[in-house]
Amino acid sequence: MPDIRYNGRAYPLSDGQSVLECLIEHGVSVPFGCRSGVCQACLMRAETGHPPEASQKGLKPALADRNYFLACVCNPRESISVSLPCREGTRTPASIVGMELLSSEIMYVSLQPHELIEYRAGQFINLYQAENLARSYSVASLPTEDPYIHIHVRRVPEGRVSNWVHDALRPGDTVDIQGPNGDCYYQAGSPEQSLLLIGTGSGLAPLYGIIRDALAQGHTGPIRLFHGSRTPNGLYLTDRLRELTQTYSNFDYTPCLSGEPVLKGYARGRVHEIALSKLSDLKEWRVFLCGHPEMVKNAQKKAFLAGASLKDITCDAFTSHATFR
Amino acid sequence: MSQSIFEQLGGEAAVDAAVEVFYRKVLSDDRISHFFEGVDMAAQAAKQKAFLTMAFGGPHGYSGLDMRRAHAHLVEKGLNDFHFDAVMENLAATMQELHVPEALIAEAAAIAESTRNDVLGR
Ligand SMILES: Cc1cc2nc3c(=O)[nH]c(=O)nc-3n(C[C@H](O)[C@H](O)[C@H](O)COP(=O)(O)OP(=O)(O)OC[C@H]3O[C@@H](n4cnc5c(N)ncnc54)[C@H](O)[C@@H]3O)c2cc1C
Ligand code: FES
Repeated sequence: MPDIRYNGRAYPLSDGQSVLECLIEHGVSVPFGCRSGVCQACLMRAETGHPPEASQKGLKPALADRNYFLACVCNPRESISVSLPCREGTRTPASIVGMELLSSEIMYVSLQPHELIEYRAGQFINLYQAENLARSYSVASLPTEDPYIHIHVRRVPEGRVSNWVHDALRPGDTVDIQGPNGDCYYQAGSPEQSLLLIGTGSGLAPLYGIIRDALAQGHTGPIRLFHGSRTPNGLYLTDRLRELTQTYSNFDYTPCLSGEPVLKGYARGRVHEIALSKLSDLKEWRVFLCGHPEMVKNAQKKAFLAGASLKDITCDAFTSHATFR
Repeated sequence: MSQSIFEQLGGEAAVDAAVEVFYRKVLSDDRISHFFEGVDMAAQAAKQKAFLTMAFGGPHGYSGLDMRRAHAHLVEKGLNDFHFDAVMENLAATMQELHVPEALIAEAAAIAESTRNDVLGR
């Protein structure tokens, strides 16, 4: 059995275990978030030995070249010595400057980082509730128009960090954040391209940022947003989005409800099914899919079968894991 | 030695053009689509690309043993000649759609056909 060596001690790795699982099982506290190779909160460095390729997927080349890897998706076959990256280099303190409930489920949070963070609307940041506990939240603000970073946090039943945001976090508090990460953002260069954006719940956060970014950059092609939830409480910013459709003739917004009650002004059904039934030919379209992982996966397949190229479909699945509390 | 189909078709760019057409056909083919349920689409597209590169006689790193290993879990789920034939049909249809001359289609089909026993674990 290979060993994971960390801080002068060796921990035996069980079959199929990731470096993160191994360390946590042995009571070692290291940072993590999504546990599925997305958020990069579990970044570590191999001091000796090479991390498997799969554990470096999505890392910037500068990090991968220096043997950094993601501990949650690292299953080494040989023993390696690992260390944590320098904390100061990766995290920034940020002040909470505003909070507001956008619906009974969704909390808007405005953050002022203490150092300049260059980001694109739609990317995500990691928010630390505790030293080693992070969750990812997508950025709805636009660096050119908003002075602060805006995120939308949906209250998840029993969820540790989301409930902390709703119930404990208050304006004036300081939190640690890391980022930005991810490639879910508007790419200028094809202003006439048709854009389809599908989101569930707080999956609207990145889409709201991307849409405003596209409009600010003079996008002229159609921009079609479908936002879905089971109940009206999951939908928000509806008035603001309807207003935008008045200002921009190329922007179109369809709020969708999959459960009861059926309300006037809302499409009835699952958001991606509604979108794909209206838009059956997505050849040359750019597609953004954000929110519930099942929706994202199903919609990705449907969009591809409807003619969108895989490279033009950006998926931002809000994965979460229930263990390791 | 004459050029491979891969070279005659235009190399990697030709495979890139074919891979999405092919993958779309495979995914919408009821005979075989269930084998692709739940798989990561980007990873799967990369595998389809490797398959097409091989069928086009291009540079690839597959051995017969790799083919066996890669498909063993599907054979367990019932992968058989019926499904292999479906893939062969989709391959030909893809090349026809992209206006590849019949002679080259036949050549690619022969290369793909040569993997049948490895893929089906015989
Ligand atoms: C790239 C990315 C971007 C994201 N962007 C956003 C965003 O913009 N807005 C947003 O709201 N979210 C976003 N998320 C999701 C977010 O990061 C968190 O996953 C989410 O807030 C839930 O975290 P939590 O700590 O509240 O829940 P967790 O404590 O992680 O719990 C997650 C789920 O597991 C269940 N659970 C927890 N413990 C147990 C247990 N012991 N037994 C059984 N079930 C249990 C909970 O009920 C809950 O459903 C994003 C995720 C990713 C990966
Ligand atoms: S990438 Fe490892 S915990 Fe998120």
